[in-house]
Amino acid sequence: MNELRQIRENSLLQGLSRQLQSVRLSEPVTLMEVCGTHTMAIHRAGLPTLLPPNLRLLSGPGCPVCVTPVSYLDTACAIARQYDVTLTTFGDMMRVPGTDGTLADLRSEGYPVDTVYSPFHSVTLAQQKPESQVVFLAVGFETTAPVVAASVKYAYDIGINNFSILSAHKLVIPALKILIDDNRIFVDGFLLPGHVSVILGSEPYRFIAEKNAKACVITGFETADIIQGILLLIDQVQKRDFIVAIQYRRVVKPEGNTKARAVIDEVFESADTEWRGFGVIPESGLMLRDEFGAFDASERFPVHMEMHNEPVGCRCGDVLRGYIEPPECPLFARGCSPEHPVGPCMVSTEGTCAAYYRFSRLQGDI
Amino acid sequence: MNNNKDRIKLAHGSGGGMMADLIQDVILRYLDAPELANLDDAAELVIPHNRIAFSTDTFVVKPIFFPGGDIGSLAVSGTVNDILMKGARPLFLSLGLVLEEGFLIHDLRTILQSIKQACDYAGVKVVTGDTKVVGKGDLDGICINTSGIGSILPGVDVSGSYAKTGDSVIVSGDIGAHGIAVMVKRNGLHLKGDIKSDAKPLTGEVLPLLERYADSIHVLRDPTRGGVAATLNEIADSSGVRIYLDESAIPVNDWVKSVCELLGFDPLYLPCEGRFLVFVDSSASVEVMSFMRDTCGCHDVSVIGTVEGESSGEVLLRTISGGVRILDMPVGELLPRIC
Ligand code: SF4
Repeated sequence: MNELRQIRENSLLQGLSRQLQSVRLSEPVTLMEVCGTHTMAIHRAGLPTLLPPNLRLLSGPGCPVCVTPVSYLDTACAIARQYDVTLTTFGDMMRVPGTDGTLADLRSEGYPVDTVYSPFHSVTLAQQKPESQVVFLAVGFETTAPVVAASVKYAYDIGINNFSILSAHKLVIPALKILIDDNRIFVDGFLLPGHVSVILGSEPYRFIAEKNAKACVITGFETADIIQGILLLIDQVQKRDFIVAIQYRRVVKPEGNTKARAVIDEVFESADTEWRGFGVIPESGLMLRDEFGAFDASERFPVHMEMHNEPVGCRCGDVLRGYIEPPECPLFARGCSPEHPVGPCMVSTEGTCAAYYRFSRLQGDI
Repeated sequence: MNNNKDRIKLAHGSGGGMMADLIQDVILRYLDAPELANLDDAAELVIPHNRIAFSTDTFVVKPIFFPGGDIGSLAVSGTVNDILMKGARPLFLSLGLVLEEGFLIHDLRTILQSIKQACDYAGVKVVTGDTKVVGKGDLDGICINTSGIGSILPGVDVSGSYAKTGDSVIVSGDIGAHGIAVMVKRNGLHLKGDIKSDAKPLTGEVLPLLERYADSIHVLRDPTRGGVAATLNEIADSSGVRIYLDESAIPVNDWVKSVCELLGFDPLYLPCEGRFLVFVDSSASVEVMSFMRDTCGCHDVSVIGTVEGESSGEVLLRTISGGVRILDMPVGELLPRIC
């Protein structure tokens, strides 16, 4: 039986789940799952109803679409309106509201906006339409950065000059630093993202365990992975023995993926960037190095804008920082739902509000 | 019109001699009910009892041939099953064919053959029909409408709004096979394993059950579009109850499971065309289940949930890990039309 089959075995899952339910905590423990895919998986499995008393799971800023600020979306829309370009984007971005509507609205007004599964599709599109300019909306964490970097390199190598990217790439570690230093919330341990760690490995998280005495477990995405991750975190907290453990061993290597990091490094350099809810975090984004500056859409298509307005009443910023849980937002399920989302956390398939709405909105009543 | 390469022409729909040929040589070759033979403008029917179930459905499945069936068998089982779900014995069908110019007559014959087979299997007759031909590009090959009449069995009173606290929810077999068979064929995936749609008329399963347990059965529904999840949400909503489902009791075939994992689908949202859900008094559930297994041929029948109390109508899923979460209506268009 391969490792994936093993982790999906019902008997393993049920055993772990009983173990989780029988945990007894003398002190309250707060854990944060950093990654939006974890948030979804946790709610899809109904895990919030299995947590022992005194254990709290908070969702963090790990949904790339959600942390992308309004100013970015406004810039993208302004480029589309002011220049003759085709925007290409991952589907998740289509319905995120900006100051003047969503990308989907833009498309219905007749501006070309295409969804793609990979930045390479955008490069191909640029090749097919040499007369038009194709801009890829590069949103994501370390997981998507390597493929975006590779696509830019490829376009550079074969001399394509009608392709560019608008980078809102974000780095996970600087955001974790902010969360650790935030005295409005106290987190005992982090359920660390599996996919990002495939690239990063475990080393970059070490300061969290060693200097800040927080539990750290790099965790996979099957329900059994997640319960195992939570149990390992609780164990570290109870023993006060903090290390960066890897639960997701079948995929994550301690050294990460050096090749992928090398291609990111070759194409991008770190820069200060704005996060929804956090403001500007130093050195937390990726911008193109000078050598690849010609592929920077913000240079190629300069736009000027007056104001960026967050959706009225939306508390995504507070959700992303772990200050509130979605049901505490006055609009949650009262005006804001996946069919009629007000903020990005309800739009994205990895958004915390969407996860609560779809799977856990009756909590306390089941 | 016996050549394998013959195609439908616009003149086949014009009402002239070619149309008469198409009807006589092709269509009536497969459909031979006496009510149909004299080609009057309407069929004269004799219907037992006075409670009638009447239903209609239109079929535009793509691809039209899929593992385990085709648009013809689907068009019969779809309407037959809808009539059965009202607690009625299906008796008569109408058949409306809309054909695209250029459609292969050979394919039409294959489809008519499976219509005939499905009708024989279900014990229904096509008693009236209509054929239209539209220009090339105005339709994707073929579209079929069937309407049907059935006679509601004495003592039977079922409806999606009759679910009651304490009912057990039974599914007649493994779910999701139709959805996956169509998806696999449509995407040209080559997968090992016996991938076959579950599409079939449910007459042999449902009628004996109704005859025996009319008093205990409150709801009968076939989980077609939106799958078990959507159907149960509709029932919960119209009955004003809360339904608890037990994920570990839901029968899913291994290859359906693997394809779902591969393509990221949830079997609970996949359409079935040969399965049904029954809500029965919990006191009768064990007996009903063994009857379904032993007498009605529902080998994988399983009690998958219970109705627990009145509410605004929601479905909750106890997952395999034991956690509980909402099982919502599908959001947006998850799958292209496959039934
Ligand atoms: S519920 Fe809607 S409005 Fe409230 S924080 Fe979430 S996305 Fe924003």
